[in-house]
Amino acid sequence: MSKKTKEIHEKVNREENLTRRGFLKATAAVSAAAALSACGSKAAFEELFQRHFKELSKEEIEKIINRLENRYSKKYGKKFSISVKGPIEGTEFAYALDLSRCIGCRRCVYACVEENNLSRSPQTHWIQVLEMEKEKGVDFHHSNLHYSHEEVPHEGHFYVPVACQQCRNTPCVSACPVQATWQEPDGIVVVDYNWCIGCRSCMAACPYGARHFNWGEPTIPAEKVNPDTHFLGNRPRYKNVVEKCTFCIQRVREGLYPKCVEACPTGARKFGNLLDPESEIRYILKNKRVLVLKEELNTQPRFYYFFAA
Amino acid sequence: MNFFRFIKESVKVVLHGNKWYYTWLLFLFALIFWGAGGYIQQLDKGLIVTNMGDSISWGFYIGNFTFLVGVAAAAIMLVIPAYIYNWKPIKEVAIFGELLAISAVIMCMLFVLVDVGSPLRLWHMLPFFGKLNIPSSLLGWDFLVLSFYFILNLVIVTYLLYKYFNKKEYNKSFVFPLILLSIPVAISLHSVTAFLYNGLAARPYWNTALLAPKFLASAFCSGPAVLLILFQVLKKTTNFKIKDEAIWKIAELMAYAMFLNLFFFFSEIFKEVYSNTEHIVHLKYLFQGIGENNDIVFYGWISIIISVIAFLLFLIPATRKNIVTLNIGALLIYFGVYIEKGIALIIPGFTPDVQGQIYAYTPSLTEIRISAGIFSIGFLIFTLLTKVAVAIIFDSFSVESLKKKKAAV
Repeated sequence: MSKKTKEIHEKVNREENLTRRGFLKATAAVSAAAALSACGSKAAFEELFQRHFKELSKEEIEKIINRLENRYSKKYGKKFSISVKGPIEGTEFAYALDLSRCIGCRRCVYACVEENNLSRSPQTHWIQVLEMEKEKGVDFHHSNLHYSHEEVPHEGHFYVPVACQQCRNTPCVSACPVQATWQEPDGIVVVDYNWCIGCRSCMAACPYGARHFNWGEPTIPAEKVNPDTHFLGNRPRYKNVVEKCTFCIQRVREGLYPKCVEACPTGARKFGNLLDPESEIRYILKNKRVLVLKEELNTQPRFYYFFAA
Repeated sequence: MNFFRFIKESVKVVLHGNKWYYTWLLFLFALIFWGAGGYIQQLDKGLIVTNMGDSISWGFYIGNFTFLVGVAAAAIMLVIPAYIYNWKPIKEVAIFGELLAISAVIMCMLFVLVDVGSPLRLWHMLPFFGKLNIPSSLLGWDFLVLSFYFILNLVIVTYLLYKYFNKKEYNKSFVFPLILLSIPVAISLHSVTAFLYNGLAARPYWNTALLAPKFLASAFCSGPAVLLILFQVLKKTTNFKIKDEAIWKIAELMAYAMFLNLFFFFSEIFKEVYSNTEHIVHLKYLFQGIGENNDIVFYGWISIIISVIAFLLFLIPATRKNIVTLNIGALLIYFGVYIEKGIALIIPGFTPDVQGQIYAYTPSLTEIRISAGIFSIGFLIFTLLTKVAVAIIFDSFSVESLKKKKAAV
């Protein structure tokens, strides 16, 4: 056997070994998973048959929260708290964004990532900032999501940040085959990450691209993780489930602003309670001229855009 | 018990064949194994092993699912002439259409299974146990109708074959209502699948009232096309018999269906091109490409060109009755509709996405592997079911033949 063919043989052997090892590993993983759900770990079994969030009793929720808090605390080395705080009576949240102030800096995008424990790899963003041409107006088909200029705003352009519009008519909720997503009384559309089967019907139904899927195992660096979470909001997610903006449910139900409102350096982002006549959002609706995206679809968003300047 | 014996003897039939039969099975098992490997990978890593993403959140799996729903529904193209009009030449082979429907529905379910991120949670869709979102979720409806159509066909076919096996006349008042019922259920099945896309106001490419009629028309030519090809193969490899008139009649019906399919297609094109709204961008992506993104332009054109050629072949009686041109036509229709459903329906619907951004999608190797595996499972099921059916209907495999065999021993 010549030296070259020997080398090739060795290479093939090595590759064969590798694939065989890969296969064995995969088989082991599958049988381990099977063992886990069949007889082994009680937690995995309970999670598999965990009921829909709305059907859980107080005790069951407490137990689940406990288990998750322990798991996350262990995984990230921080004390976790998971709230299940419900809507506050007399609140209906809405958002307004001043397009003439937005400079397209994307600070909101990254503040959202940190606050809401979004996966860094694969990368998920709940806010998409679209760069539009001034001459075309608000027009998605002439917009650019992946702009990268040295400085913003870029000449001749303006910026339209888009996240969940928290619609009153929710095509996403209608599309879900298992009622894993619904609208809360305060207007926030949430997802039960333990009930979502990952069929992505809601993503096909959403006209705003507001829903995001965990295509792979979401990863968050332990030092970056935010331990103050809500069960229906920013707790760490699983792979293969859908997630979306919740107006920072963990913050707004405690009387705080969504993180993006705080992060915006130009004050373009406004937020408040539609049912409170004194709120800033009501002031804007009364005194500015607002528009909603894709109004012809009759989704009736709770997310308004306006031009103040 | 007699029924268990029927099952037992059928299993024996399935296990015996010539070397071609075993080679075919081996080939299918190899592909199934290959696909299963891909699926294990997908379970381990998540759907990230596909080329889908937040922009194109459905892809090749759902395209295949849609195509196969059509194949399943098309069984009634044989059932109607066979049982309603009691037309003998087709009645002899109608049962094979139902066997194909059963195999196709199983493939559909498998395609949904592999597309769903968390298959272990599928019990959430079960009525009573889970929280099925009826009436508002179309996927919920689709799941129900699919299951019902599956059970219906399984009962009909098992009952008929069991009666033939026992050399007994079937009870018309039992099976006839079921057969009648299977017709509207088949139409509902394909309509509901169309509504799954049709109802989405977010996606103008699908948000057209013509979608469901177009689905039915294309199904009624692609389903029989699959059957025509399978009939030729069965004729060559088994004692399966079919009269030429039956084939010609099926081909004629396919020509009408293809005419409607093309007519609907050109109506769509007219509406988009003449009104020239921003929504035309999806058709543009399919037939011209946008900028440098023209990955699917070839498929868009090839699908429409071969569909037109096939239509002409089936329309002209001389080419319809010539076995060579007939088979070419059947193959062209199969590929025409497969490309149309697998690529030209799903991908442009998502491209550009709802924010106007373009992500060029073509299936990943894993998606192709898993899909090949599912098709092989479907073919395997069809092969085994057909083996039993051919034995009973054409090879006089029955209670009596078994008795005689026993007596001879």
